[in-house]
Amino acid sequence: MTSITVNGKQHQIDADPNMPLLWVIRDIIGLTGTKYGCGVAQCGACVVHLNGDAVRSCVTKLSRAAGQQVITIEGLSANNDHPAQQAWNEENVPQCGYCHSGQIMSAAVLLRENPNPSDADIDSAMAGNICRCGTYLRIRKAIHLAAELQRKEGASK
Amino acid sequence: MSTSTISRRNFLRATGITGAALCLGFSFSADGKANVIVATDADQSAIEMNAWIKIDASGKVTLVDHRAEMGQGSYQSVPQIIAEELEVDLKDVNVIFAQGDPKKYGGQITGGSSTVRDSYKRLLKLSATAREVLIAAAAAKWKVSATDCYAQSGTVIHKPSGKKFHYGELVADASKLDAPKNIVLKKRSDYKLIGKPLHRKDTPMKTNGEAIFGLDKKLPGMLYAVVERNPRFRGKVKSFDAAATKKIPGVKHVFVVKMEVFNTIREGVAVVATSTWAAMQGRKALKVIWDDTGFEHVNIADIYTRQHEELKKEGLFFKKQGDPDGILTKAEKMLDVVYQTPYQAHSAMEPLNCIAHYQKDKIEIWGPIQAPDWVQGDISQKFKMPIDKVRVNMTFLGGGFGRKAFLDYPYEATMISKQIDGPVQVIWTREDDTTQGPYRAGISYRAQGAIANGQIMAVKFRMAGQNIDHWSDPKRGVANSSTTEGFLAPYFESIKNISFADVPFEMPIPNMWWRSVYASTNGFAYESFIDELAHEAGKDPLDFRRAYLKDERCQKLIDKLEEVSGWKSRKKNEGYGVAITECFSSTVGQIVKVSQKAGGGIIIDKVWAVMDCGWYVNPDIIHAQIEGSIIMALGAATTHEITFKDGLVEQRNFYDYKMPRITDIPPIEVHIIDNDADAGGVGEPGLPAFSPALTAAIFDLTGKRIRKLPFDMANI
Repeated sequence: MTSITVNGKQHQIDADPNMPLLWVIRDIIGLTGTKYGCGVAQCGACVVHLNGDAVRSCVTKLSRAAGQQVITIEGLSANNDHPAQQAWNEENVPQCGYCHSGQIMSAAVLLRENPNPSDADIDSAMAGNICRCGTYLRIRKAIHLAAELQRKEGASK
Repeated sequence: MSTSTISRRNFLRATGITGAALCLGFSFSADGKANVIVATDADQSAIEMNAWIKIDASGKVTLVDHRAEMGQGSYQSVPQIIAEELEVDLKDVNVIFAQGDPKKYGGQITGGSSTVRDSYKRLLKLSATAREVLIAAAAAKWKVSATDCYAQSGTVIHKPSGKKFHYGELVADASKLDAPKNIVLKKRSDYKLIGKPLHRKDTPMKTNGEAIFGLDKKLPGMLYAVVERNPRFRGKVKSFDAAATKKIPGVKHVFVVKMEVFNTIREGVAVVATSTWAAMQGRKALKVIWDDTGFEHVNIADIYTRQHEELKKEGLFFKKQGDPDGILTKAEKMLDVVYQTPYQAHSAMEPLNCIAHYQKDKIEIWGPIQAPDWVQGDISQKFKMPIDKVRVNMTFLGGGFGRKAFLDYPYEATMISKQIDGPVQVIWTREDDTTQGPYRAGISYRAQGAIANGQIMAVKFRMAGQNIDHWSDPKRGVANSSTTEGFLAPYFESIKNISFADVPFEMPIPNMWWRSVYASTNGFAYESFIDELAHEAGKDPLDFRRAYLKDERCQKLIDKLEEVSGWKSRKKNEGYGVAITECFSSTVGQIVKVSQKAGGGIIIDKVWAVMDCGWYVNPDIIHAQIEGSIIMALGAATTHEITFKDGLVEQRNFYDYKMPRITDIPPIEVHIIDNDADAGGVGEPGLPAFSPALTAAIFDLTGKRIRKLPFDMANI
């Protein structure tokens, strides 16, 4: 049994400790927002937060997450209102939408670490996330908007 | 569709415990004409009931998207059309996907950029008819004239008194009325929704993980399967050793499974387990010996060598006018060049997957499926199950690009479900998705042409590449029906001596539609050659096209391209290139600006695109589709290619089949031309013009002609 906390809820997982967190989250816990895209840390569709860091859950073993805090796209905000989620909606970013859980989870860490990212900062933080529909220009625009929304939220608190 | 075909029969009386519901739809008679039919509840009505709109007694409106949503926006555009004439607020409607049911919906194959252009006229009519029935019901209840009533936001309002009914209060009465005739559709200038850049209804669920893609669907008791398939696309399993596989905890079944890819058989070994991971581990432990005798083990270099050799032949003429041969033979100077385009995988972000549940008396399928009606027909036929006992459910598709219109993966999933006697989800790994095809065919083109006095005297094109049609149709001796796809029809008015031919070319590599299909490769060859002819004629490449594309819409598009890109004020050899292509009834022109990168290589400074797709629904979706098409074309032109060695695909995953990333993307500016022409396609036409415009820009800057894709922008 491995104990992990996902989106604030503790789970006792009876599985091979080598099973990637991705499949634990999807097949065992049943949260399907985190996506399988490549299985080898190339595309970023599976990005989750492990103790606040963006990690590729497809190459993160269950054992590494034991006793740790995992946040998935479902747990990023209560009402789809994280600044990145708001901005993604405002800028009509997704097309097929499959990669955007991972895109948003990567962007959320960038926005926390760098409240005012430049284009170059965004490119370097988001280069690990592939979007086959080609929504990149909108992702960049949305992250700038999210930064602005985040600053406004900060100011109003 | 004509108004006279509207059925005059009374609506069926609503029954059932949930109360009345009004449904409208179309049936298709044998002559292909649509008939409006009206009934009360899809579930209560006969099979010919075809419903896009459902309104229940509480006023809840449900609209059906009868096509696949793979990013291109049908989940928004279909409801946006219906809501306009139905007079409901999009925020209040629920949208659901249709099941495969061609009797209800007509063809559902989501390909050829066809959803809006195939459907919009009948959807407008259908929705306006529903609105008028509701108005008539309200007028009858109030005992007033219908002309004093109007519909707005899901209500009917009596203008003089201000009295209101919401639609739900009217459906029971409406269901007893005749369908009105002489429906008047709104003028385009009166549209409140159509033509507006509305937010997509599927965006919120794609930012919080709620959208259900094929891989996200789960059934009670469902097992997970992966399949080790013959890596050379066809052939059988000679033997396999599953001893180690069966020791992996969670592995339940290991067996040979057959897959039919058109007329070829491809076997694999299925590993079925309690989780995806266990199935994958089991597969790793598997040892399989393949039997692929009789199949050529091809190498990529041989394919192109052979194609270039074949291009010496005349091939089968597809279109010929004037006497190009006579003129070219006598020409003082003839341009004679070969273009080469690569094999491409579709590489949708969501790898192929499918859930099947085979039972004795019915089969149900769930998955990211572009053609639910085709899958239904195919499964019904292959498993000898009555068509109404085969239910095919579309989930959201994590990209499709043509691959998910193929029938192999639902068939294979059904075979596995039948064998294990239970529901199963079959998952293709990224490596499976990359290595197993089918692919866009790599095609070589030969272009010959002569210029005199700055004019095109004659042009001769021929292509040599695999023909998709040949997978389903054993007929040979006919030129590829898509030989001219991508080439603008107005050229045929102005180039008097021109021919197109297809030199038959067969290879044992499965191939399939890939976004914009033949236009994606034809466009590169044909528009590149127009650029070469313009250069040979000593003409400005945009003016050259202006002279040859006399059609009014093309002239406007060229003017717009010139205006938005600052083409006229550019300096000589500053790195501008242009290309214009047509496919699926829309024309797109693109101008690309490149410059030399410090330290070597080429950088794209900007792309301008002008789209003429006639009547359209949502300009923001058009912008998004063109942006995405350009980026997909950028990858296919510069970063990825499928190659073969000894009959095996050499690429496996995104580390060696490299997609463009956010760091590679140029600014893209999109413009849409407004006109009253019929709707054209949107999802694909933005793709073909990009690569010829890019290589023309590189020629303008460097003098170097690139005739082979892909090429490395860092090494120019």
